[in-house]
Amino acid sequence: MKVLVPVKRVIDYNVKVRVKGDGSGVDLANVKMSMNPFDEIACEAAIRMKESGAVEEVIAVSIGVKQAQETLRTALAMGCDRAILIVATDDVHTDIEPLAVAKLLKAVVDAEEPGLVICGKQAIDNDMNATGQMLSALLGWSQATFASKIDIDGDHATVKREVDGGMQSIKVKMPAVISVDLRLNEPRYASLPNIMKAKKKPLDEKTPEDYGVDVSPRLEVVKTAEPPERDAGIIVKSVDELLDKLKNEAGVI
Amino acid sequence: MNAETGFATAHDSPVLFDETHRMLRDQIRRFVAAEITPHGDAWEAAGAIPRDLIRKMGDLGFLGIRYPEAIGGSEMDERATVIWAEELGRSTYSGVAISALVHTDMASIHIFNAGTEAQKEKWLPKCVTGETLTAIAVSEPGAGSDVKGISTRARRDGDDWVLNGAKLYITNGVNADLYCVAAKTDPEARPSQSVTMFVVEKDTPGFTVSRALDKHGWRCSDTAELSFVDARVPAANMLGAQGRGFYEIMKNFQNERLVIGAMAMGESQAALELTVAYLKERKAFGAPLWEKQAIRQRLAMLAARVEACRQMIYSTAARAAGGEDVVREVSMIKALAGELVNEVMYDCVQFHGGMGFMRESTIERMSRDARVQSIGGGATEVMLEEVAKRM
Ligand SMILES: Cc1cc2nc3c(=O)[nH]c(=O)nc-3n(C[C@H](O)[C@H](O)[C@H](O)COP(=O)(O)OP(=O)(O)OC[C@H]3O[C@@H](n4cnc5c(N)ncnc54)[C@H](O)[C@@H]3O)c2cc1C
Ligand SMILES: Cc1cc2nc3c(=O)[nH]c(=O)nc-3n(C[C@H](O)[C@H](O)[C@H](O)COP(=O)(O)OP(=O)(O)OC[C@H]3O[C@@H](n4cnc5c(N)ncnc54)[C@H](O)[C@@H]3O)c2cc1C
Repeated sequence: MKVLVPVKRVIDYNVKVRVKGDGSGVDLANVKMSMNPFDEIACEAAIRMKESGAVEEVIAVSIGVKQAQETLRTALAMGCDRAILIVATDDVHTDIEPLAVAKLLKAVVDAEEPGLVICGKQAIDNDMNATGQMLSALLGWSQATFASKIDIDGDHATVKREVDGGMQSIKVKMPAVISVDLRLNEPRYASLPNIMKAKKKPLDEKTPEDYGVDVSPRLEVVKTAEPPERDAGIIVKSVDELLDKLKNEAGVI
Repeated sequence: MNAETGFATAHDSPVLFDETHRMLRDQIRRFVAAEITPHGDAWEAAGAIPRDLIRKMGDLGFLGIRYPEAIGGSEMDERATVIWAEELGRSTYSGVAISALVHTDMASIHIFNAGTEAQKEKWLPKCVTGETLTAIAVSEPGAGSDVKGISTRARRDGDDWVLNGAKLYITNGVNADLYCVAAKTDPEARPSQSVTMFVVEKDTPGFTVSRALDKHGWRCSDTAELSFVDARVPAANMLGAQGRGFYEIMKNFQNERLVIGAMAMGESQAALELTVAYLKERKAFGAPLWEKQAIRQRLAMLAARVEACRQMIYSTAARAAGGEDVVREVSMIKALAGELVNEVMYDCVQFHGGMGFMRESTIERMSRDARVQSIGGGATEVMLEEVAKRM
């Protein structure tokens, strides 16, 4: 079985996000970009399946600017076998919307015929949490979101999901799209020898036209704004003081 | 840089570094954040870093950056080494940085540069995995800057060399397994042709660690005085040709000085970053201290000088990688970065106010660690003589 892992190049999770002066989005100039952390977890999951012998090939796919090539190299250095880069824009500020991404991924699935797609539950830039679900709908495949444990057993997968109330275990029919949550695994480092080996692994470059998909935006971003600044909290000395403040200052009880 | 490329600063710039370099830097940063930062204070208190840390560095290939692929290395060049040193310096735990960098770029590298195939095969693979930790023993109680003035003596006796003497200030001196030791083999010859390098294994009879040294900074790096009393070393452990040791040491100084410069530059960068962050939070006279031009202009000028130093290190590394002779430049870098890091620390401590004097602050430790950067690995005055000779 082949596994497909979509990976997105996003603003590095250590970077303090700044909104552009004109409110049109987040400022990505001068900003460090990295692989979406949930996608690293997805790569790790797929690579472990390969190491356990359950999977023959792991293919990483990225859709976005040409520099996403670097993100794919990281996936290859972690242990993915080959990569496909779909260059869908040349502007780092253009985000390809989940539906367009899902359509492109469907086209890649049609071409590559993997038995499983493992993706991050969301990308930390826009936190859309939509691509995996849309892809499963377009493919007509089962879906299991927010996985914190995955067991593949023949034509079924048992997935433990992180839900608001705790954990839920579901059994889905393969092929499936599984989106992964934070606690599934701890992604490995790309060791330096593996970084060197990744240089020799195949990385195909494609365009949306190659797959006949229109990626023009359907959503309109009205305004991007900084969250309102929060005042520092205070520590109260007693329950009585807390009650007093809730009653007389906050007026909530 | 610009929105087009999305590369953040000089250290990401595609003009200076390629994809492989950036990936290496990312992995080292992650390693520092996960494996060094959380434990550094405990190691400072213990006076040593765990061997396990060196093994982990080996697992990720960080100890074989320049070494052949056949023994687990990655055959990269000075630019990658500079990234390794800068990022370890940026960790703020320079004691960790120097332990690792002495192993990779000052000690084991002598085996790589001067060793025979058999010697490399015997010792280097375990240096790359981190199973073996190395030290370089040149300085002595009676000779530091003046390498030719060492008095440790190696006398030929049958199939062995017999070493007598003492070495001082040896990094990894307590915990190393292998020591690259400089000794006089021909005291009658011209001083520059009287020195030979030997590999001395830890359990060699007659070789002992006399004492661990108590230091002003680099507290988690173990530093020792070593003693050789009729220590017998097989002739097969001689590195390079007899009498060529001084040249070997001088040759590797080029790399060593670049590495120490990069480490000091990383320390400077980290100190500026954490001081700016502190000043943006710290309020006095009704506003964050960062609003005071007297403060922020001083730090901005230091940032400019650190950046200039960084650019010189990067370009010199690239030129060294291309095979150019950069002795003058690396001597300048060692002098410049070693002094600059101390100026940076002085101001950063100053702008931390009383907190800069407290053991609990990172900057207090960093200021102690930085002090040796203008002394160890070639003192500023000695570096400036190297520069002046070439003016
Ligand atoms: C923490 C630490 C770790 C070290 N690790 C190692 C190690 O692993 N291996 C190793 O071999 N060594 C090591 N050293 C030794 C280090 O390389 C020496 O301390 C350094 O070379 C200076 O030598 P010295 O201490 O003998 O000082 P000296 O040579 O006595 O110099 C004293 C002062 O005189 C100045 N001076 C000397 N000559 C001149 C001159 N010609 N003109 C003008 N001024 C001059 C120097 O700049 C210095 O300021 C370490 C030192 C320290 C402090
Ligand atoms: C060992 C020690 C012992 C001490 N003992 C005592 C004691 O017994 N009693 C006591 O009351 N205090 C004591 N202090 C406190 C000491 O007086 C303060 O540390 C000092 O006044 C600086 O204040 P701060 O630490 O809050 O620094 P901050 O006021 O936060 O200043 C931080 C930095 O900002 C600079 N800065 C501040 N304002 C401006 C400005 N307007 N323009 C430009 N730069 C500015 C400062 O010069 C400093 O470099 C002690 C401090 C130490 C370290």
